[in-house]
Parts: sequence; C-alpha cells; structure tokens
Amino acid sequence: MEKGETKALKYEPVIGLEVHVELNTKSKMFCRCSADYFGKQPNTHTCPVCLGLPGALPYINEQAIDDCIKIGLALNCQISEKSLFERKNYFYPDLPKGYQISQYRWPLCVIGHLTLEDGQVIRINRAHMEEDTGKLTHQGSETLIDFNRSGVPLVEIVTEPDFTNSSQVKDYAKKLQQIFRYLGVSNADMERGDMRLEANISVRPKGQVELPNHRVELKNINSFRFMVAAIEYEIKRQIEALEKGEKLFQETRGWNEDKKCTYVQRSKEDAHDYRYFPEPDLPELFQGTKKVQQLKDSLPELPWDMVERFEKLGLKKSDAQILAESKELGQFFEAAVEYGKEYDVTSLQIANYLINRRESSMDIAEVINNIMSRIKGVVTDADVLEIWAKEVLTENPKFVETYKKGKTTVIMALIGAVMKKTAGKADAQKAKEILEKLLNYA
Amino acid sequence: MSDLTSLTLVQTIKALQDKQFSEEELNKAYLDRINSLDPKLNIFLEKKKNTRGIPAAIKDVIVTKNIKTTAGSKILSNFIPPYNATVVEKLLEQDISILGKTNCDEFAMGSSGENSAFGPTKNPWDLTKVPGGTSSGSAVAVASDSCVFALGSDTGGSIRQPASLCGVVGLKPSYSRVSRYGLIAAVSSFDTIGPITKSVDDAALVLDWISGSDNFDSNCKNEKFTFRPRGLEAGIKGLKVGIPKEYFGEGLEASVKKVIEDAIKKLEQLGAEIVEVSLPHSQYALAAYYILNPSEISSNMGRYDGIRFGSDRQDFGEEVKRRIMLGTFALSSGYYDDYFAKAAKVRTLVKQDFEKAFTSVDVIVGPVSPTTAWNLGEKIDDPLTMYLQDIYTISANLAGIPGLSVPCGFVDSLPVGLQILGKQFDEETILKVGIAFEQATDWKKEKPKL
Repeated sequence: MEKGETKALKYEPVIGLEVHVELNTKSKMFCRCSADYFGKQPNTHTCPVCLGLPGALPYINEQAIDDCIKIGLALNCQISEKSLFERKNYFYPDLPKGYQISQYRWPLCVIGHLTLEDGQVIRINRAHMEEDTGKLTHQGSETLIDFNRSGVPLVEIVTEPDFTNSSQVKDYAKKLQQIFRYLGVSNADMERGDMRLEANISVRPKGQVELPNHRVELKNINSFRFMVAAIEYEIKRQIEALEKGEKLFQETRGWNEDKKCTYVQRSKEDAHDYRYFPEPDLPELFQGTKKVQQLKDSLPELPWDMVERFEKLGLKKSDAQILAESKELGQFFEAAVEYGKEYDVTSLQIANYLINRRESSMDIAEVINNIMSRIKGVVTDADVLEIWAKEVLTENPKFVETYKKGKTTVIMALIGAVMKKTAGKADAQKAKEILEKLLNYA
Repeated sequence: MSDLTSLTLVQTIKALQDKQFSEEELNKAYLDRINSLDPKLNIFLEKKKNTRGIPAAIKDVIVTKNIKTTAGSKILSNFIPPYNATVVEKLLEQDISILGKTNCDEFAMGSSGENSAFGPTKNPWDLTKVPGGTSSGSAVAVASDSCVFALGSDTGGSIRQPASLCGVVGLKPSYSRVSRYGLIAAVSSFDTIGPITKSVDDAALVLDWISGSDNFDSNCKNEKFTFRPRGLEAGIKGLKVGIPKEYFGEGLEASVKKVIEDAIKKLEQLGAEIVEVSLPHSQYALAAYYILNPSEISSNMGRYDGIRFGSDRQDFGEEVKRRIMLGTFALSSGYYDDYFAKAAKVRTLVKQDFEKAFTSVDVIVGPVSPTTAWNLGEKIDDPLTMYLQDIYTISANLAGIPGLSVPCGFVDSLPVGLQILGKQFDEETILKVGIAFEQATDWKKEKPKL
C-alpha cells in the first residue's frame, strides 16, 4: 500500500451538490419573452421585465412552477402547500434588478431522496424555483452584456452532504440529467449551460460526525469529467493540508483544466450577505393537493421504471440500463420488440443488436430485417459482422490479450466464437478480416 | 372662456359633450396657463403640447412611453421609457392627453417635495411654503388649475398629504386595486397609484378608469371600481363614522384639530353616527413603517447601479442614500429577525386594528397631516421631524386600505384636509362620505390667488 493511500484511509470526504437546471418552457419565468435564447442575436429576447427597467414587475409563469413540482416529485420530494419567492440581493452586471428572484426560507419542494447505483441514498434538501441572470462576454478590456438569458426559469436542487466520493457525484448528476430529459422539462445540456453543478466539499477524520468548517465550494464547472477531477483534486489537497497541520479555509474554488488543479475564486470574507426578504411583487404560492396529485399522475415513466420493465423481458440489468439511458432509445426498443413479434425476433435479439449501436434514429423494419438475416443465413454484411466481432472481443478479453502479446494464432479461437455465436451463419473469412482489423486498431 | 380651466373633470366632459368648447381649445387653455404659472410653481419636469384629449398631469414616477421619466432623480435624468404604465394605457383609452410629468420627491421619498433633484414645487397658496409630498407637482397642478386632474402615487401618504396641504381631493386606493406596472417602485408592498382631483366625483371617475386586474401585476387581481354617481350621492344618514382617539393626541396642531373637529360635526349634521374607536398599535406604525420602507427601498434602488442608466450612484440624493443605508442594515444577516421580521409583525397588528375597528364603523375619519404647509427649508435637515408628518397617513399603507383627503377648511389661509379611511376595497363608502361632505361645504370653491 502506498503512503498516500494510508493517509486517505484516515479521512473521509463529505460532499453535497447543488444543481441548477434551466427549464425549456416557452416563455421566461416572469415575462412573456421567449426562453429559447441559445445562439440568438444578443438582447433580442428582452422586455422591460427581464431588463429590470424602472416600473416593470414580475408575472409568474405557471408552466415553470409545474415543471419544478414535477422535478420535485421525481426526486420523491414533498411539495410545499405554501411557498414564496424572496429577493436575493447582490450587485453584478448580469443581474439587472440588483436582486435575483429566488426562493430561500419557503422553497417549493423539500425533503426528497435519490438512490444511487451503489445503493447510497442521497437526501434532497430542496428543489426551488428561481430566474437565470444575463450573460457576460469579455472582449479585451470591454465586457458585453446579453440579457436574452435574463429571467429564464431555473430550478436549483440542493442535496444534503451525503456523497462520499466523486463517482457517486457523477452517478447522481447523470441520473438527474436523465430525469430532466425523461420529464421533458430541460435539455439538460452541460456544455450549453442548461445544467450547472456546484459541489461543496470537505474532508474530515473518519468517525467524526460534525461537518468541518473548511467547506470548499467548487463552482463554474461545466462538465461531469471536470467535476470529478476537481473533486478528486480537492480531496487530495485537503487531506495533504490536514496531514501537514495546515489550516483550511471556507472558500469558493474553480477548476483550471490546463493545470489540472483547483484555485481560489473567493474567500469567505468576500462572501455576500444576500439580505433575503419576501418578494413583495409576488403573491404567496399555494399548491393544492388535487393539483399536485394531477401532476403526479401526469409524470411520464421514469428511467428506473423502464429498466424494471425491460428486466422483466429477460434483459440483464446492465443491458436494460443501456437501453433506458434515453427515453427515445428505450421507446425505440419497445417499438422494435412489438414489430419483431410478427417475425419471431425476440426482445433479447433486438436488445443485443441495439446495445451495440445505441442510437434511436434507425428504421425499425431495417433493424428487424438485419436481425432476421443474421438468424437465417450466412451473413456477409460488414456492419453486422463487426457488431458480432465486437461482442466476441468484449466477451473474450483473455484471447484479446494473448493476441496482443503476439500469439496471433488465437484468432482462430475468436473466429470460432463468432461462428458459435451466430450458429455458423457468419462468413468466416470476412469475420476473420474484421476481427483482425479490430484487434490491430484497438 | 377664461375659467375653462377651473372646471372639474366631470364638468369638462359634460362641456365637451355639449360642445361648449373644443378639445383643442381645452388643451390650449391649459397650456397657456401652465406657460404662465409653471415658472413660479415648478410643477412640470416635462411638458407636452396636445390638441386632442382631456389634459391630465402624471407624476413622474409613472413611466410614459417616449416621454422622459425621471422619478425626480438625477439618476434617471435621461431615462426615456420604451413602454407605458398600465394606468397610462388605461387613461389613453379614455382619450386623456398627457399634459406633462409632474415634479416629486426623488423616487417618492419625502414629505415636502423638497427631495426632488429638480428643485421643489411651490405651494400655490403661499409660494414660501412646501406643497407636501411626494406627489407635490400633481397636487399643485390640480390646485393651480394647471390640469384637469392628475395621477399621484401614495406609499405613506404621498397622495393624501400634498392634497391636504394644497386644498384638493386625493384618493389612495386599496393596495392592489390599481396595477402598479410601470410605477417606479419605492416600497413595492405599499405603493399605490391614485387620482388627485378638483372634486370627489372626479376621483371616483378616474378610479373607475384606472382600476382593475392586470396581467402585468401579479398582485393586482381585483375587480375594477365602478363609478355609480347616484349611489355615491345617496347621502350618509345612519353611516357610522369612527374617530380614532390615537389620531387626536400630542403632535396635532390645535388649529388643525379645530378644523377637523368642525368637519366631524358637519358629518354628524349630515346624519352620520359618530363613534369613538381605538387603533391601539398606531403608536408603533411609524417605527415599523420606517423599517419596512427603507428595507424594500434598499432593494428597489439596486438596479440603479451605474451600469445601465448613464448615471452614477453618487447622483442619488441625501434621502435616498439614507434609506438605502437604513434598509441595507435592517436586512443584514443577524438583524433581519430583530428589524424586518418584527416590523412585519407590527404591520399585521396595525392591519388587525383596522379590521377590528371596521366591525363597528363604516369609515374612520381624522386629520391627514398634523400641521398645515410649513416653510420651504424648515424641516429638510431634520429627517425625523419630516417622518413624523406622515404619522396619520402611513397606517393605511401598512394595512392596504383606501384613504381619501377632502378639503375641509383653512388655518391662516392654508388648506386643511380631512382624511376618510375605509375597509379594504371599499372605496365606495369613503367616496360617498367625501361627496356628502363636499356637497355640504364650499371649500372646493376656494382657489389660490395666483
């Protein structure tokens, strides 16, 4: 065991996550401007309200409220019968009113949970409604402001500090993304900024129950991969500092991808006092049990339900998860199964075929046709053969290793596997060529 | 017609229908009058020449499309709004022409009109006196016959108090009766837009025009007020008029008190039953008001951050800066519960005081202001004394109820207004009392000599 690992064993990371997701409603949160701002001419989707002009007032977009409730319900939250908007006051050029309309003491959705792949249950503290800010672009010494994004509905989902490693964070974030897309409430595209992650991270000696006061907030990180890297880095940095007896500070840090390290963006002394108070321009929100029930009933099937159904068709959980990764692929699979029944093509055969392609923009008839020719006769189609070859390679890692070590005769065993898999229907010569190609380029 | 500008709104509409004069003649008469009076009174920050419509003056905190709107502040000295306030749209539908934008205390903060960045408006009854505030220009425009009627805004008394000090009618509607969309916010939970007029029926008519729900103000989901002249003129026989003992104590000038007591006697003569009531939390209202008011103001002023309106924050006047500081402090973490949350509780108690009183009376009557108009410059360096001028008006804003100021007499040639407060959304009854009083007295015939 290396020395670093021994040290790491003495500590455990405590991580909480804040996720912002932009809703894909037609209009903005508090005005009638189009919320579809991405790639549009700057400052064309604006009005007195989202520009914060004197005298303008917010007017609630009910669709956004419903979408926020749907997210809450999918995360097993309680929907607050009474909630209200508050003003979060701070100055920034992208914030035209000098405050953001958000929720603080009385959020719309509270106390939920989401179970991760490793069984860890992540408690959700809240899912609340707020508005997005404008966007700044720095050009040389000038800063340009685009208010097209100002006032786009944003839902913030905050967890309790229940994560203990970076892969849990990644799993959670991916699951959220999947949920948003299943619900159809957001495109949840990280690169476009539809979905943004902030992690609160600290490490504490194992066994310690209370939270350390040197929490670091990781901000402005726009990919799952960078978030994982930043968390890993922080865990290491904090453990090393604690081992050296150094004092850690509560601060906000960003991720430098070039240097592969986190860096201080803001120290605690510079932290804002947001002076929250109830937004006087908006009435309190009331959610009746009937409305909440209606929204609950209207929820589409969620990923885990689809996986369960696919498992009942005889699929392995991992395969079912691949097919249910997106709602579209899952639905395509189901349609193909239905279509395939007529031709005695089984759901397993369809699953195997689709898993290797993972795309939903195919023609169902063509898919079934390909599978059938694969079942019936000698198959010479390079695309189809390649799929089988890939399957065989994945299933026989030892043979691949042997081949790569130079003992190329093992190719015969792999061809045999392809033939076996296809009940002798594959064109052996072509299968050999494809296998060789895959092995040499892998 | 030389006295065409002395007609009330209702009279003007009738005269136009009877073709006694044309809209063009009407507009010209007012424009001529403004041109001769405004240099003396400093009413208008922006004037517009029209040939059509009934000329009205709009307080400069209400945005008007393509007409400069400054809120009396240097910060907005170049702001030309790209949109109309809902009330302005509604007036335009009634063929009202905007004669001009009226001077006011900066962002509607003050009680004398002296906080305008563009110099104070003068009281037409005595040019050395303040006109009251913050709807100073609107009140003076009406009092000096410089418009047919005006719109003001009332956050703590800003319609009623200048109406009282200038001898005209001022109506603060119930909170959320009139859309605030386009009203430059001072205190969002107190602000109301209302008419300042030459007669009570004028106020009722304008309220009919500007009230009603609006899809641009989430709080404004109420029915419009409907002006029914016959109902309003039904008299006040048997009506119960509450007199709050808290409104007649220390601080109320004896001469003003006398005028108010005479007015109450008049109501009694008209058949009203006078009942003493108590509003026990009145003594805390001012303190609560001056926590909630600066708190919301500190947030509402946030958008004037020097980035968008071409002016630096240094351009805020003293009073605005004072309230930004007070409010920022009151909302700071660790102080919120002691200040804002506590003041919000007092607000509820004040509201409950009124609800309780209104179980036994129909309206509550008292003074608008503890004094008549004071000298320009007299109180400007003493903010606390200035704040105390609002002592009888702010409770209505805390409670969200309607209030009317009706001329009821003079002290040393300076007007005194009678305040009539009503239940939330019961403008009908206070207007009824106002009309009965107005018809039984001759105060509205008194005009300042200019």
